[in-house]
Amino acid sequence: MAIAFTVNGRAVSSAAPENTPLLWVLREELKLTGTKFGCGAGQCGACMVHIAGERTFSCLTPVGLVAGKSVTTIEGLSPGRLNALQRAWLAESVPQCGYCQSGQLMSAAALLAENPHPTREQIKDHMSTNVCRCGTYPRIVRAIERAAKEG
Amino acid sequence: MSVTRREFMVGVAGLSFSVLLDGCETARPRGGASLAEAPTPGARSINAWASLATDGTVYIANPAVEMGQGSQTALPRIIAEEMDADWDRVVIVPAAPSDQVYGNPGFRGLMYTAGSATITGYWDVARVYGAQVRRVLMQNAARAWNVPLAELSTEPGMVLHAKSGRRMSYGEVAAIAELPAVAPQIEPGELKKPSEYRLIGKDVMRVELPAKVNGTAQYSIDVQLPGMLYGAVLRSPAEGGAPLAIEDAAARAIPGVLRIERLPFGVGVVAETPWAAFGAKNALKVQWDRSARAYGHDSDKAVGIYGAAARDLARPGKVWDSAGDASAAMQKAAKVYESEYVCDYTYHAQMEPLNSVASVSPDGGRCEIWCGTQSQTMAVGAVAQTLGIAPDQVKLHLTLLGGGFGRRGHRDEEFVVDSVLLSRAVKRPVKMLWTREDDVRNGRFRPLSVHYLRAGLDSAGRIVAWQHRVACDEITAFQDPVRYKGGGERDFLAMAGSELRTYDIPNRLSEQLPQRTGIRTSSLRGIGFGPNKFATEAFLDEIAVQHGLDPVELRLQLLRNTPRGQAIVREVVAMSGYRRGGGLGFSFIDYSGTMVAAVAEASADRRSGQIKVRQLWLALDPGIAVHPDNVVAQTESSIIYGLGLALTERITFKDGVVQQSNIRDYGVPRMGDVPELHIKLVSTPNRPTGAGQMATPVVAPVIASAVNAASGARLRHTPFLPERVLAALA
Repeated sequence: MAIAFTVNGRAVSSAAPENTPLLWVLREELKLTGTKFGCGAGQCGACMVHIAGERTFSCLTPVGLVAGKSVTTIEGLSPGRLNALQRAWLAESVPQCGYCQSGQLMSAAALLAENPHPTREQIKDHMSTNVCRCGTYPRIVRAIERAAKEG
Repeated sequence: MSVTRREFMVGVAGLSFSVLLDGCETARPRGGASLAEAPTPGARSINAWASLATDGTVYIANPAVEMGQGSQTALPRIIAEEMDADWDRVVIVPAAPSDQVYGNPGFRGLMYTAGSATITGYWDVARVYGAQVRRVLMQNAARAWNVPLAELSTEPGMVLHAKSGRRMSYGEVAAIAELPAVAPQIEPGELKKPSEYRLIGKDVMRVELPAKVNGTAQYSIDVQLPGMLYGAVLRSPAEGGAPLAIEDAAARAIPGVLRIERLPFGVGVVAETPWAAFGAKNALKVQWDRSARAYGHDSDKAVGIYGAAARDLARPGKVWDSAGDASAAMQKAAKVYESEYVCDYTYHAQMEPLNSVASVSPDGGRCEIWCGTQSQTMAVGAVAQTLGIAPDQVKLHLTLLGGGFGRRGHRDEEFVVDSVLLSRAVKRPVKMLWTREDDVRNGRFRPLSVHYLRAGLDSAGRIVAWQHRVACDEITAFQDPVRYKGGGERDFLAMAGSELRTYDIPNRLSEQLPQRTGIRTSSLRGIGFGPNKFATEAFLDEIAVQHGLDPVELRLQLLRNTPRGQAIVREVVAMSGYRRGGGLGFSFIDYSGTMVAAVAEASADRRSGQIKVRQLWLALDPGIAVHPDNVVAQTESSIIYGLGLALTERITFKDGVVQQSNIRDYGVPRMGDVPELHIKLVSTPNRPTGAGQMATPVVAPVIASAVNAASGARLRHTPFLPERVLAALA
């Protein structure tokens, strides 16, 4: 029984068993590899996507649960042009190895969507879901503040 | 400028420069369409570093891998600088895997991105390669215009004849160029002076950054091939163990599972989806042979065993570094201090769990691999050896690395070989994925180390004798037996940093008590500098406090022959307002010539034992900073990496088996753990000495110093876990 849902505005369906994590369906079935596998346990945030507008660990979300829902991945964050966060990410030279950055951006986008002008403490609190082993945290903070300012 | 994934240098029409590596460089014309064949071994191989198309595009070969450290940008900029290339017209292409052509002269001739050695290692040759190309372009313009070479100059992408006002673009020169049989000799004095640099020392966006903000950056885990299957591997919990009995009925029953393969070191699974492969791997029941050496190893008990070895001066150590006569000077010293430090096992925790993709031809005679390795040639070599084929039958597709930190440069490249074995078994392309749990369980760790130190002071309070005995699991012999044997069986990955050549101490001895535990070990960011500098700097801090010396004054005296070291110490003192008794901690290290000094403000909670680092000031002098903002970024990164190693990160063993399983129970830093950072890059006109990890080792000692300054507690065991802090406070 195929599971039908929407990814980045496009109707898709997956034949995967419904307990398959959404992450693997996105990456290997739908070939949307911008969403990354980091821990498989909701501990690092590399897999962060938006489901019905809420940021969610796709590694912990069975694909069966997104039936009929709308999923946004990094590829759909701002198709065709960079949004304010992505521009700020480049302006602050945030990424190093880059592997966690899709997840960081998806978390940051969720933050600014609900709180367009977060304080530094709010940023740190919200972004604590996401690990960056290269330690780009200071630049992520600066980039979020820049994006909040420059919109 | 942009990056192409093609290997240097197939199918580029135009002019190519081929450079011989022994210093008498040769440039040789190639017929437009191809170059950079794998050189014939032993034949003073010819290859190209830069190539110029008639449309003005400049192709520059990059021999380094990109794992976030930025040398994919910085190294080609050095070549472009001396070429006077227009950076906007530069295309960076990965260099073919050949140590002979592209090996790092500063890293034993290996094509190996590690040790923060890319810029420093290629610095001389990269500038010469670039200067040769520029010279040949100018010679051709001189011939075309019939003017003396000395009357020509260049601007980015352009040859100029100032007298006549004529200009010719590099692309136009390429269209008419004749290449000399022998490349021009470039004398050191003919290279640009730092004041003439247009690219070096200027900030620029790293070439791969745009792909890292929109999900298009390609890591090996992202590779998709037609007909590709998915692999998982269950490895023996201990190195060297084999499966004795495999119960796989439950695994085979999982839909989509195609193959269960017995491997010499474990059990492989191939399935139609990753999820089926993981499920099958988890459903395997394997009885392991218990002959592997690591069984029985208990990391808590090992601290005592290693400590006894380190303290027992009757037990001879393996000398790493010595000067004068440390033991005689110690006996004559007016005062001898001693102390002991411990560093637990630590794990890389690179964000991308190890994986690779392989496609072995059905007859097993050829193989393509897609992987993120720190050594292209080691990966090719390991695959060739596994399949019993020649290295030129292995085609490497190098991808970006989702973090390296020393984990991806082992001689056996086991995570690459995993995919090759599975692809060979099913005769289809296989993407082999380790889960995070696999990555931890199969981890290769910075070893457990116990450090026993003694220092002898004369009556004037000057340190005249120094002894540092390091008991730790061996690293280099496990990680790279080839380099170990070729390098005089010196365990440099464990011992580096225990030598104190910058400090003016006349009698010194550092020695290793190697512990043959069978534990999988590895280089890890900072290598031996991490544990060894923690021990030496924390010890110096203790000596200063106990002997009533100012910690900064003590370092300045020890650095009396190292003005750059003194300058960086003074810099960080000025930045931070450090003063003796002011509640701040201080530390200094010389990391392979890069001078690093740090001050920290930290406190320990007397009830919880939690350490809070509020501010950290750090000044570093890496010589010429080719890409200054990236040096700062690497320093931020190094500090935060060091913070985790100092405060929370550790791996423990029970009966030879790793006790941790994922990110959370290992304990890496998150955003809220990061102190306010104040970083000062002091770029001096000296040869670049590396920036990718130089700050990591200074973090633990500066925090230990700060906690002592704030509370009097002495922290001698990393990580500084709350229970250890509470014990030190008591």
